[in-house]
Amino acid sequence: MGSKPRLMGYRRENGTMGIRNHVIILPLDDLSNAAAEAVAKVIPGTMALPHAFGRLQFGEDLQLTFDTLIGTGVNANVAAVVVIGIEPKWTQRVADGIAKTGKPVAAFSIEGKGDLQVIQEASRVAAMFLQDASGLVRTEAEMGDMIMSIKCGESDTTSGLGSCPTTSQAVDRWVDAGGTVFFGETSELTGGEHLIAERCIDAATRDLFQLTYDNYIKVIEATGANLLGSQPTQGNIAGGLTTIEEKALGNIAKTGSVPVVGVLKPAEMPSASKPGLYFMDSSSAAAECVTLMAAGGAVIHLFPTGQGNVIGNPIVPVLKLTANIKTAKSMTEHIDLDVSGLLRYEYDLTKAGDMMMDVIYDTVNGRLCKAEVMGHREFTFTKLYISA
Amino acid sequence: MAITPPQFLLHHDGDNVAVAMTDLQPGTLHGRSVKEGTESDAVLNHAIPLGHKFALADLAEGDAIIKYGIKVGLASAAIKKGDYIHTHNMRSYRWEASRA
Repeated sequence: MGSKPRLMGYRRENGTMGIRNHVIILPLDDLSNAAAEAVAKVIPGTMALPHAFGRLQFGEDLQLTFDTLIGTGVNANVAAVVVIGIEPKWTQRVADGIAKTGKPVAAFSIEGKGDLQVIQEASRVAAMFLQDASGLVRTEAEMGDMIMSIKCGESDTTSGLGSCPTTSQAVDRWVDAGGTVFFGETSELTGGEHLIAERCIDAATRDLFQLTYDNYIKVIEATGANLLGSQPTQGNIAGGLTTIEEKALGNIAKTGSVPVVGVLKPAEMPSASKPGLYFMDSSSAAAECVTLMAAGGAVIHLFPTGQGNVIGNPIVPVLKLTANIKTAKSMTEHIDLDVSGLLRYEYDLTKAGDMMMDVIYDTVNGRLCKAEVMGHREFTFTKLYISA
Repeated sequence: MAITPPQFLLHHDGDNVAVAMTDLQPGTLHGRSVKEGTESDAVLNHAIPLGHKFALADLAEGDAIIKYGIKVGLASAAIKKGDYIHTHNMRSYRWEASRA
């Protein structure tokens, strides 16, 4: 158990390494979802990524939508992209952002043509992209070639005791092997943010982390709201977690022991020349967070859960692990790894880490995770403020 | 590793709360600390479900609740050793407004 098999992935035009080979139909905006979904029906094997936004956004909020769309297209799990938008200018902007990687991309806009003509034209290109993608072969990959992301959800007290420490094992092993890992969930560090600050590799990183954390918390605290039921969630409370501080320490228990080498904005890609553990400023809502991390380049995600979150992502395998025996037994179709034996002292943390790595290696090499099998494709944007 | 499954776990020696590892009935229970591996017995006053917490010490209103060796909240009412601890008698110290 735990010995590393040969890893095989898809090397993309810009040198990044993916573990899936999706051809995606990416709507620029909510209005283009129907055409994008129609293309994915005409050409089965391609995948539409419908979402709710992209119109009348402005400033930083608009930029984050562009970064999310472009980052999703750029992600190494994606072989080729068809972008469909209501009008040509922003559609082309997203296509151009993706094309910089050298990846096949085509843009179509609906105004002046209508859905039906766009569906026909886009389907012809999608068919070609799909056939070409099917001819790509996996080549040898290293952990150092790939970005992993971590985020937990519907956590309970077993998360901080079992599934998060198991994730930590994988984080340390991934980074020790030269790989990169993202963690985030800014508000969910509250009460333990000093532990992350202490792990920042230098003063500049520490200052940027603290500023990023403080800015996020200011927005939340300015509401003066009672957050009980939101953060911690009702599911967290049902699982025995009482306060944000208690939840945060469980969350932090999954971040390994390696230093924090950088702080990323939402959906920001890290420098390829500086591997290691990165903090990404992000919501703690599962689908928002995983969508942002995928846009930042993560190709595999570890998701410790307590009460049983079911989230997936269209382009990134989201692996679930739990140390809650009830969840492991009642939600088998969602749980990739049961580490409840850790809490019964049937095996130690190193062994749990070995078990986690075995699931990771299988997933890298193409075995579908439970979220992929179940069709969980949550593609959810983070909105920074109201649209104009 | 031939260790009897513990009925409760605490993260660190010195934590004043423990976590139930199965649905527990009141009585004397056997548990251990994860970090140091120290075994101990504790009395539970109420039935609590898997994952929920109980006090390992008497706490006055306003006392710190310690888990992972770190303050994770305050007692919002007096708590007796062995009592169930959750939103009814514990609150965040960082987010003042967040309480039941």
